[in-house]
Formats: sequence, structure tokens, C-alpha cells
Amino acid sequence: MKETLSVRDLQNTCVDLKKHVISMIYKAQSGHPGGSLSVADFVTACYFRYMNVRPEEPRWADRDRFVLSKGHVCPAQYAALAMKGFFPMEVLDTLRKEGSPLQGHPSMNKCPGIDISTGSLGQGLACAVGMALAAKLDGKDYRVFSAVGDGECNEGEIWEACGTAYKYKLDNLIVFVDWNNLQLDGTCEEIMPPIDLAAKFRAFGFEVYECDGNDMAQLVEVMDKAVAAKNGLPKCIVGKTVKGKGVSYMENVCGWHGTAPNEEQYKQAMAELETQYVK
Amino acid sequence: MNFEKKVPTRDGFGDEIVALGKENKNILVVDADIGKSCKTGAFRKELPEQYLNVGIAEQNCAGVAAGLATCGKIPFVVTYAAFGSMRMCEMIRQEIAYPHLNVKIACSHGGVTPANDGASHQAIEDMGILRTIPNMTVVMPADYWSARKLVRAAAELDAPVYLRFTRDAIPVIYGEDDSFEIGKAKQLRDGKDVAIIANGDTVRLAIEAAEQLAEMGIEARVLDMHTIKPLDEAAVKACIEEIGKIVTVEDHNILNGLGSAVCELAAEAGRGKVKRIGIQDQFGQSAPYERLLAMNGVTVENIVAQAKAL
Repeated sequence: MKETLSVRDLQNTCVDLKKHVISMIYKAQSGHPGGSLSVADFVTACYFRYMNVRPEEPRWADRDRFVLSKGHVCPAQYAALAMKGFFPMEVLDTLRKEGSPLQGHPSMNKCPGIDISTGSLGQGLACAVGMALAAKLDGKDYRVFSAVGDGECNEGEIWEACGTAYKYKLDNLIVFVDWNNLQLDGTCEEIMPPIDLAAKFRAFGFEVYECDGNDMAQLVEVMDKAVAAKNGLPKCIVGKTVKGKGVSYMENVCGWHGTAPNEEQYKQAMAELETQYVK
Repeated sequence: MNFEKKVPTRDGFGDEIVALGKENKNILVVDADIGKSCKTGAFRKELPEQYLNVGIAEQNCAGVAAGLATCGKIPFVVTYAAFGSMRMCEMIRQEIAYPHLNVKIACSHGGVTPANDGASHQAIEDMGILRTIPNMTVVMPADYWSARKLVRAAAELDAPVYLRFTRDAIPVIYGEDDSFEIGKAKQLRDGKDVAIIANGDTVRLAIEAAEQLAEMGIEARVLDMHTIKPLDEAAVKACIEEIGKIVTVEDHNILNGLGSAVCELAAEAGRGKVKRIGIQDQFGQSAPYERLLAMNGVTVENIVAQAKAL
């Protein structure tokens, strides 16, 4: 089932998704809101405009895949999966609780719709490469979408995976770099200067697109191009984003990497998000 | 036994993987630029559509294999044991073992068999490391024929498997018609006085030791414990209950390998004496293979001495 929403509908779907993210993390009193909000636009666009998936048949062999290499922001993916109908909405309330399919980091054998278990940074992209490679080996046309963190690009394995993506001409791989410029311990510049991530991916042979990763219109414009270009080159969208986007007190604040809001903060966040629907 | 013919077990892997690949196009080899030494040359030549080489990038190699496995492929990740167990370790844990994906880590250069290469390439920790990861199966065949049979058995098992082969040539002790089952020890001779449980390239030492012990009137049961996980607990418990004296022999650190696994069962049973023979928790050096084993007491003479001392 592929939905192809317009930009306005995607913007509103993204607000819904962010409300679920805040609500899940508030109820769990645990999780990673900052990065879940910065990557939310990309996750929304993937699931509601580009990806062919079957919620009633999560392991359908010809589905498009989604690999959340920065696995800690899984509340965003869990919300999208629930909204698509992979599991009932009320399951979102079990995030990080004992016995829940919604583990603190995604587990493919516990949660329907998760294509690979992630959580240890730097590893997901190589798995996404393996999936895209399998499509090529089998002559299939499914695509693999993957979200990678800016801090995650500190990991050497990211760049090893890029080499394989280029060598095997994986133009069915679309990588999104969530460049919110904050890592756990501080800004990217403080912790490990990213220099120019777009130039780095370009040097590794990717076709690179740059945009405001929290501007749905810009994101859709580049993603439309990226998925259409069957030119033998893997694709990378370097999205400049804001950690905590949409919740004023979380925006660009490092401390909201892995902290849950209290009741008052939760109410404020939900009230702010409520005003962000586009008529 | 006739130990005249010597072949590295990596050759058994190299031959069997070609046969498997021809039977099933989903079987892939994923190399990390040491395929020639790991004997995937024939596979690369005969089955180029099923052959991948991701360069000197072992971490990525494990991850790519995991992604391939989620799409129905059966990738054999091929490298040296030191790198397959340690450079790839966390990727195996997170992306292969935790999701229980059908990936085989097929490693040549197990134990001290990459003798002249020195300590950097000698893998004395690998089986112990892999043994502590849930969902993993850990196997080291004792010769060319058991390598072929166990590679095939691993391919047929829908689970992650770590396979360890020798770089150096070791005697062929089985025949083409011998059968092997993952998780089931192979009993090579029976005896009531002492049990010798060995695996990999040390099985031949255990057999020779048992022959010498027999000449002294000591009857040894010899087990080829090719799978250290899942361990054939019934076979080990039988040795504990029926014999009570066990010598373990392995080309691996005495910590956390076959000897440790046997000791765990004996300790829980509250009976049985175990003597571990293996690498003495020390790094090796460039030296002849047999010398490296001797420096650690992994010799027929020491097995005989320890069996008598028990």
C-alpha cells in the first residue's frame, strides 16, 4: 500500500507523528525526543509519500525498507508504523515497558515493520546497503531508505558502508543525514567537527542533495529527484535540521537528547504542536 | 589411524562452499579482501553472481551480510578468525545474533595455525568470545571431511553460525562417508578409564594419545567436540558420570573455550575431575605451528601425562 500525500498533508501528518512521539516518551518517562523530532519530517515523507509497504504483511518480500541507523530515535518510526496500521495505536503507550514490542532501540523480531534491529550507532547503514544489494542481485526494484545521524558519522563503519554502496551501484539506496548539529555530549563542532558532510558523501561517490530537513516542501522536492534518478549512484540527502524541532524549549538544547518531559512540559509541548497544523 | 595425508580445513570450506553455491543461488560469499587465503577463489571464479567483496572493511562486511540475510540470502562472511571474532564482534552481536539472522561467519586461520604470521593473526580468543553471545552456534571441524560436512550442516541451519578452520595442514582423520551433526559430539573410541575431549586440529593429538595410553593399559574415550555451542551436554555428562576423569584439548585459550565449557558442567554436577590443555593465556609469536602448540603443552606427550596423572 503506497500513500502519496501532498506537502500540506505530509506537514499535518508530521505534526500528528510528533504528538505521538512526545506522548510516548512522556508516558514512558524515558526516550530520545530531540532527535526523534529532528528526523520526523523524513520519516513522515518516507512512510506517507514514498514507501511501498503492506502493514498487514510486514515481511512482504518486495516492500521498500526503512533502516533507522540512529536507532535511538525510534519513537518517530514507531509512531509512523502505528499510524500506517502495522499495530494498534495503543501499543505506542507501551514504549520501553517490559514485554513491549517497542524496545528502547528497534528490534525486528519484536516489532512488526522494523526491517533490522539497530541501536548501536554506525551499524544500520551497512545493513541498509546489504538490503539494497539484495534487491540488485534479485533484479527487484524495491528501495531502501535509511536515516543516519550527524554524530553517528563519527563511526568508521558508516564510511565503509558508503564504499560498498558506490561499488555495487546502489541507486536504490536513499540515505538521509539528520544534521541537527547536536550530539549527546555537546555540539558536533565540540565533539567531533563534521566539516562538510555533503562533501564527504559526495567524495564517497554519492549523488548528494542538500535541503532544510525540517521543511517538508524542500524535503519532498529533493526526495522526488533522489528516488527518480536511476543512474547507478547511491543517494544522500543532507538535511539541516533542528534537534527538538517543534517544541520551543527543546529546540537546539543538547539536554533534550535523551530526557523525557515532565507533566507541565508535556502539556506545553502538546499545546505548541497543536498550533502547527497547516490549514 | 593413518595420518599421512594432511590438508588445511580451510580447503574443506573452499570446496564445499562451491558445491553449496551451485545448489542454491541464495548462498553468497562476502569477502573482505582475504578470500584467496580463505579459499574462496574457486567460488569467485565459478559463481561470480553470488560473490561479493567489500574490501578491507570487516565491520561493514558483517552489516552488509545481515542486510542480505533479511532479504532471504544466506551469506557466508569470510575472513580470518582473529578479525571475524574481534573486529566484527559487536556487529555480529547486534546485527546478526540479536536478530537471529541466517549469516555464517566462516573463518580461516583459527587458533595458532597462522603460525608464521605471529600473534596478531593467531586467534586464541575467538570461540570463547562467540560462545558468550546468545543465539550463536560455534563450530570447529577436526579435518577436511568434517569441515565439508559441517559447512553443509551450517548452511542448512537457519541460524547464525561461527565456523573456524585451520590455515595450516592437519591430518585427514575421517572419510567421505562419515556423518556429522552440529551440537553432537563424535565419539572416536570408547574407554572406561579417562575421557579426552578435543576439537579442531587437536583431535588428532587426542587420538594418538589414546593409542599410547592403550598400550599402557589405560582405555580412553575420545570425543571430537566440534561444536562448543550448543555443547553436547549429554556426551559430556556421560563422561562425568561414567568415567569421572576428563582431559580437554583445544587450540584456543584455556579460558572460555572447550575446556571451560566442560568445567562448567562438571562444576554444576559437583563431580568429575577436569584437566584443561590449551593455549596458556598468552600471546604467541612467529614460529612453526607444532612448536607453538608445544610451547603451550598441547602435545601428545602432555595429554598422556595429564591423563595418567588424573
